[in-house]
Amino acid sequence: MGGLPAGAIERTEHDYALWEKRVDALMMLLSSKDRRLLSVDELRRNIESLGADAYDKMTYYERWIYAITQTLIQRGVITVDELGRKIKVVRDREEQRG
Amino acid sequence: MNSAARSKSSGTAKSNVADAVAPRFHVGDRVTVRAAYPIGHVRTPSYVRGKHGVIERLCGTYPNPEELAYARPGLPKLPLYRVRFLQRDVWPDYTGQPADVVEVEIYQHWLETEGQAR
Repeated sequence: MGGLPAGAIERTEHDYALWEKRVDALMMLLSSKDRRLLSVDELRRNIESLGADAYDKMTYYERWIYAITQTLIQRGVITVDELGRKIKVVRDREEQRG
Repeated sequence: MNSAARSKSSGTAKSNVADAVAPRFHVGDRVTVRAAYPIGHVRTPSYVRGKHGVIERLCGTYPNPEELAYARPGLPKLPLYRVRFLQRDVWPDYTGQPADVVEVEIYQHWLETEGQAR
């Protein structure tokens, strides 16, 4: 990929998890013409700055949500503090649900 | 998918001349891709940097993605060309047909007239 040695290409289709569909929806909503809260180029920059090791370990949509989050912090749409608190709320909610 | 290789030959090419850098290459011109390796988001694939190719077409003018990547406007718009390379020039161990080509879309500031490359 990108001129680097790579293994066989996985050609089979697979179902998307609910969270993956949500990441895709988030991206569409944030980049839409009436919001323009991020650009594809910003997402690419954040993904490309992951470093090879992290890039390989993360799945496709993990890389996208990482890049979306970084972009929103860089633009001041959300703060690190807000993110940390919200993650705690969601985690607690999911744990209660079991 | 390599997004830099995606077709952009139609659509937003009709931008105002005033906010775009003038094209300096013509179809058929021999060019060399700059062998530069900055950090940031660069649409020029590493595998063609430093390689020689031929201008296949002018795709239009577009905001500089290297600036868009930092949430800046990327203006003035830059000419984007489709550049044709011989596969055997790009890949030293290429074993396909000698006339096989790869075409990559590259912004003007990455191109120099062949022979004048620094």
